[in-house]
Amino acid sequence: MTTVAERNALSLDQYVPLLGSAEVEELRTLAGPLEGSSVVMVNTTAVGGGVAELLSRTIPLMRELGLEPRWEVMRGAQEFFEVTKRFHNALHGRSLEITARDFEIFLEYNRRNRQSLSLDGRFIVIHDPQPAALVEGRAAGDSRRWIWRCHIDLSRPDPAVWNFLEPFVARYDGSIFSSPEFSRQLSIPQYLVYPSIDPLTDKNRELEPEFIERVVSGFGIDARRPILTQISRFDRLKDPVGVVRSYRLVKRYFDCQLVLAGGGADDDPEGSAVLAEVREEAGNDADIHLLELPASSPLEINALQRASTIVIQKSLREGFGLTVAEALWKKKPVVASAVGGIPLQVIHKHTGLLAHSVEGTAYQIRYLLSHPDLARRLGEQGHEHVRESFLITGNVKRYLTLFLHLTRSG
Amino acid sequence: MITASQPFQFSTAAYLTQVENQKATCAVELLEGLDHASDAAIFYHTFQSLGRYHFLEGFSNDFAQWVLAGLNRPELAERLASVDIRDYVTIVELRADLRRMVAEFCDAHPVEARHQAFETFYFSRDVEITIPLSWDARTLAGFRAGLERLSHASFYHHFIASRLRLQLHTNDFSHWFSTALGMDELAAKTNRIDIYTNTLDTARRELIELLDAEVRQ
Repeated sequence: MTTVAERNALSLDQYVPLLGSAEVEELRTLAGPLEGSSVVMVNTTAVGGGVAELLSRTIPLMRELGLEPRWEVMRGAQEFFEVTKRFHNALHGRSLEITARDFEIFLEYNRRNRQSLSLDGRFIVIHDPQPAALVEGRAAGDSRRWIWRCHIDLSRPDPAVWNFLEPFVARYDGSIFSSPEFSRQLSIPQYLVYPSIDPLTDKNRELEPEFIERVVSGFGIDARRPILTQISRFDRLKDPVGVVRSYRLVKRYFDCQLVLAGGGADDDPEGSAVLAEVREEAGNDADIHLLELPASSPLEINALQRASTIVIQKSLREGFGLTVAEALWKKKPVVASAVGGIPLQVIHKHTGLLAHSVEGTAYQIRYLLSHPDLARRLGEQGHEHVRESFLITGNVKRYLTLFLHLTRSG
Repeated sequence: MITASQPFQFSTAAYLTQVENQKATCAVELLEGLDHASDAAIFYHTFQSLGRYHFLEGFSNDFAQWVLAGLNRPELAERLASVDIRDYVTIVELRADLRRMVAEFCDAHPVEARHQAFETFYFSRDVEITIPLSWDARTLAGFRAGLERLSHASFYHHFIASRLRLQLHTNDFSHWFSTALGMDELAAKTNRIDIYTNTLDTARRELIELLDAEVRQ
């Protein structure tokens, strides 16, 4: 069985208090001409990972809007997923040896899945490179519209792997990227659909003040003094040591606290090493809180973000960096590095402040602590920015717009 | 109450960004981009940026924002931000003025004009889908009711994007007030609502206040 059963169904009406009735009504209007249209989404996993999470939220909303979406999961043996893992790393720019046999395995499993999957939709949306060659069997005059949704950063791919994939990508009617920075020059149109957050999940929904206080005090954090927070796994690319150094520069002038909260590092050798480095940098400063949270702690993360005075994302490299959108949704002023997808979320001086160094980060934090009115305004405008561009409902709206566009353009 | 000679047809509008195969990493490349980008891209980074960032007061256009945040050249950013789309009825004129400002900067600061930006500027365009809504208006009262039901994108479509479609120094609302209701003064006042110092929400509130004042008279 390759079709995924739907779960986590939330009604569109539940979004009305957050978006307004006009915005939800607009979704229904856009979906009107697409009523009954079949949409097949294809990826490689039904659970775990951002794409599966996104599809589990998107598909029920499409169905409520009158479309007929279906989610198909590609099947493969270990040899296929070992190859696609190497492809994934190579497409992210790592230099790896990919053999002719690897390419054969990739094509063989795509051919098998082309036979077994039901690709009979009016719109076929293929997610990421693993199933990209499903399009190979597309016949001339095929009325189905094929879309390749690439969630990964293709800005610096290994040429051998990209040269292998590109002819398949060229057979689609269009592609979707998460950021212009992740895209490539292609012969087919490249559309932009940002990753999105769901405002109704535990990670983002409103919380009772008592719960927030309980979480904060439970971690030994003083809610009466300013709290600077970075939520990220302990990874050098998130520069947690740099965050501690920025905090120290701020601490000279403001009696503040620093919270660095991330996933547990027990099963990640590099994470453990980074955490040790951060501990050494933090020394015995009781106002620095290093929190190793269990892998899934959405309510605790939500509470920490909501309790924060300023949220930091001082990454050295970043994918899209959706933790920024999560903080902005909670109306928090954000100081972040101008890397990856962050400048799309933090419009400098409008929805947050960008920085490029330890000292710059510290300066922007001090500026916001000195100007609470500005901090509040950035947080409020950031919230509006997320509402406009980074919510799950906007994700659905952009799919509808693309389907209508592909229908009208013949 | 005056009944319009033709109804106002409200539409909904949706936009999807399409990335073009052109980018800039310094002021010189921005100039090249302004020379070669499609008209749709110039429209996207000026007229349409006001719709995308409708909740921001004081946001002018993508070019000015990138020059400030990406190139750290506030003087050029300030000049680019001063471009008011209401002064233009064609992209040709708008492109020429933007190009002139960037060219003057590159001529005056040839070294700085090649400094690498903190982030890359990607020329893009929007795909626009419009669908007529199921309601229209024949009176000011009906128009007011319809206006309140519009999404941000639809309000933007009628109030800002329409300026280039009409190729007049006006917008859909003012055009209808004037041509279908004969209310030239209301049309002029509506057209004077400042789209740069307002958000779309506050612009809509201003328009509703104008309508209420008109109905009271």
